[in-house]
Amino acid sequence: MDGPCAVRLRRPSASIRVDVRAVAVCGCLAGLIAGAFAVNLSVGDFPIPLGEVVASILGHGGADSDFIVRTLRLPRSLTAVLVGAAFGLSGAIFQSLARNPLASPDIIGVTAGAAAAAVAAIVLGGVASSAALAAAALAGGLAAALVVYGLAFRKGVTGYRLVLVGIGITAVLSSVTSYLLTRAEIFDAQRATVWLTGSLNGRGWEHVRPVGAALAVLVPATLVLGRAMRALQLGDDAARGLGVPVDRARLGLVVTGVGLAAVATASAGPVAFVALVSPQIARRLVGASPLGLVPAALVGAVVMLLADLVGRRMFAPIELPVGVITAVVGAPYLLWLLARANRVGRGG
Amino acid sequence: MVPPWTRLERMERKGVVASRRWRAAGLVLAAAALVAVALASVAYGSKPIAVNRVLGSFFTFDGSSDHLIVRSLRVPRTLAGLGVGVALGMAGAVMQGVTRNPLADPGILGVNAGASLAVVLAIYGLDVTSPSGYVWFAFLGAAGASVVVYGLGSLGRDGATPVKLALAGAAMSALLGSVTTAILLLDVATLDQFRFWVVGSLAGRDATILRGVAPFLGAGALLALGSARSLNTLSLGDDVARSLGQRVGLARVCAAVAVVVLTGAAVAAAGPIGFIGLTVPHVARAITGPDYRWVLPYSAVLAPILLLGSDIAGRVVARPGELQVGIVTAFVGAPFFVALVRRRKLAEL
Repeated sequence: MDGPCAVRLRRPSASIRVDVRAVAVCGCLAGLIAGAFAVNLSVGDFPIPLGEVVASILGHGGADSDFIVRTLRLPRSLTAVLVGAAFGLSGAIFQSLARNPLASPDIIGVTAGAAAAAVAAIVLGGVASSAALAAAALAGGLAAALVVYGLAFRKGVTGYRLVLVGIGITAVLSSVTSYLLTRAEIFDAQRATVWLTGSLNGRGWEHVRPVGAALAVLVPATLVLGRAMRALQLGDDAARGLGVPVDRARLGLVVTGVGLAAVATASAGPVAFVALVSPQIARRLVGASPLGLVPAALVGAVVMLLADLVGRRMFAPIELPVGVITAVVGAPYLLWLLARANRVGRGG
Repeated sequence: MVPPWTRLERMERKGVVASRRWRAAGLVLAAAALVAVALASVAYGSKPIAVNRVLGSFFTFDGSSDHLIVRSLRVPRTLAGLGVGVALGMAGAVMQGVTRNPLADPGILGVNAGASLAVVLAIYGLDVTSPSGYVWFAFLGAAGASVVVYGLGSLGRDGATPVKLALAGAAMSALLGSVTTAILLLDVATLDQFRFWVVGSLAGRDATILRGVAPFLGAGALLALGSARSLNTLSLGDDVARSLGQRVGLARVCAAVAVVVLTGAAVAAAGPIGFIGLTVPHVARAITGPDYRWVLPYSAVLAPILLLGSDIAGRVVARPGELQVGIVTAFVGAPFFVALVRRRKLAEL
C-alpha cells in the first residue's frame, strides 16, 4: 500500500509514477473537506437539514434557507477552504525552502507584514475594497519577507537565523499594527482586532472573488515550481546538476509563497499557525516523502473549516474568531515540535 | 575595520571603564542623567511646562493648573516609569546571567506574556480590579511561563542554549497571547481598556498603582542585587561554581524568584513592555565588563533612562496624541535583537 508504484500504459505508450498512499490520503482529505463543508453549511443558529442545503445550492429551496445558505454560509465556507489551502501551500513552500518547520510565514514575519500593511491601508488610507486591501497586504508581505531575508543573510541563510530575525521583525511589525490600532476610532479598532486574530465572520462573495482569482493564478504556478522545489531540497548543487535554474526557481517560489500568504491574510486576517501546522500534518499523513504541496493545501482547508466550525458553535451564541481556535490548537503543537527537536538534539 | 558588533562583544568581555573608582563615578553620572530625564519627563507633554514651574510645584504649590498637572499626572507617570524601568533592567540582567543567554529578556522568553494572561484572567474571571490585587496573579503567570519556557528550552543533551530558549519563548508568547486575545474578544467591554494596556503604556498610571507594586519592586531589586555575587560564580559554569562552594540550585532559585517578582510587578504596573531587559544589560556590560556587582546597578540606572526617554519620544513624535512606550521600545530594541542574532556565533555569556 505504501511507497510509489509505476503505472504503465501500452497505447499511447506512457508511464507515470503514482504514490498510492499520497493519492489515498488526498482522496480521504478531499472527502473530509466535502463533509466539513456540508456540516458548516447546515449547522448554525438557524440549523438547516442537509437535504435542504443541497436544494438551496441548486436553487430551489425556501426563501429563508436560500438566503442563509447562498448569501451567508456558502461564501464563508468557500473563503475558509480557499484561505486554508493558500496558507497550507505557502507554509509548505517556506518550510521546504528553509528546510525548517519553524520557517513558516506566520513566524518569519510575512503575515505580520501583510497585516501591518492592511491595517495601515484601513486606518490611514481609508481603503475599503477587498481588492485594494489584498494589494496592500501583498506589498507588505513582500517587503517584510525581503527585509527578513536580507537581514538573515550572511554568506547564506541558515534556518534558525532566519527564524530568529523573523521573530524580531515580527515584534516591530506588530507594534506598528498596535500603534495604528490605538490611532483608530474605537469602532474601527474593534473590527480590526477581530480581523487581526483571523476571522471569517461576515465573509461574503466580495471576499471569495479576490482569493479565488489569486489562487487560480498562484496554485498552478506553485505546482509548476513544485518540481524545482523537490530538487532544491537535495541542496543547491544537486539541484543545479539536475538542470534546475536554482536562483530563479527560489525567487519564484518565494514570490508565490508570499503571494499566497498575503492574499489569504488580506481576506481572513493573519490566521495563526495554519501555515505552520498544515504541511507538518500532511507530511505525517503521507509518509516520509518530501513536503507535498497538494496534501498540505488540503490539510490547510480541512483545518480552517473545522476550526471555523468549532469557533462558531463551541461558545454559541458567541462566535469566536477562527484564529483563536487555530492558535489554541496550533501553539501547543509548535511547543511539542520544539520539545521533540530539542530532545533529539536538532534544536539549534 | 572591525565590524561594530565584534567591537561590542570585545567591550562586553572587558568593559571600557576598568577602575573601580571610575565605575562608581560613571554610576553617579548615569544617575544624574536619570534625574535630568525624569525632570524632562515631567516637563514635556502635550502641555509643555517650564522647568522652574515644575520645581515650583514641588516646593511652593499654589494650586494652579500647571502645578496640578505636574503633581497629579506627570509625577505619578514618571515615578511609574522609574519603577518599571528599574524592574525590567534588573530582571533582564539577572535573566541573562542565570541562563547565560545574550537573548534573554522578559518579553522574548514569554514571561511578560504569562504575567499579562494571568492579569487578564484575574480581571475577567475574578473581578480583581486593584493592581495590588492582581500583582499576585502577575507573579503566578510570570512564574508559570518561566518554568515552562526554561523546561522546554533545556530539553536535550546540550542544555538550554540561547536559540532554544528564544524559540521556546516565542512559541510560549504566541500561545499565551492568543489565549489573552480570546478572553478579550469574549468580553468586548474590556477591549477598549486593554488595547492600550496590552501594548505597554505609562499613560494614566496614578499613584495608587505605584503604591501597590512598590514593595514588590523593592524586594525584587534587593534580591537581585543580593544574587549578584552568585551570578558571577554561575557564569563560570555549574561545575566551577560548585567547586568554589556555590550552592548552584539555591542561587538559581533566588535569581529566578527575583526575575519573577520584578517582571510580575512591572507588568502589573505598566503592561508588557519588551526589549528594555534585552538591550540595557548589554550596554551596562559594555561599560563595566562582566562583573554582575556592577552590571546590575548600572542596568538599574540605565533602564529607566531608556524607558522614560522612549516615553518622552512617544509623546513628542506623535503629537498631539502619543505613542505607547511599549511600541517605542520595540522599535529601539528589535533592531538590537536582530543585530545580536546576526552575530556569527551566539556565544553563551
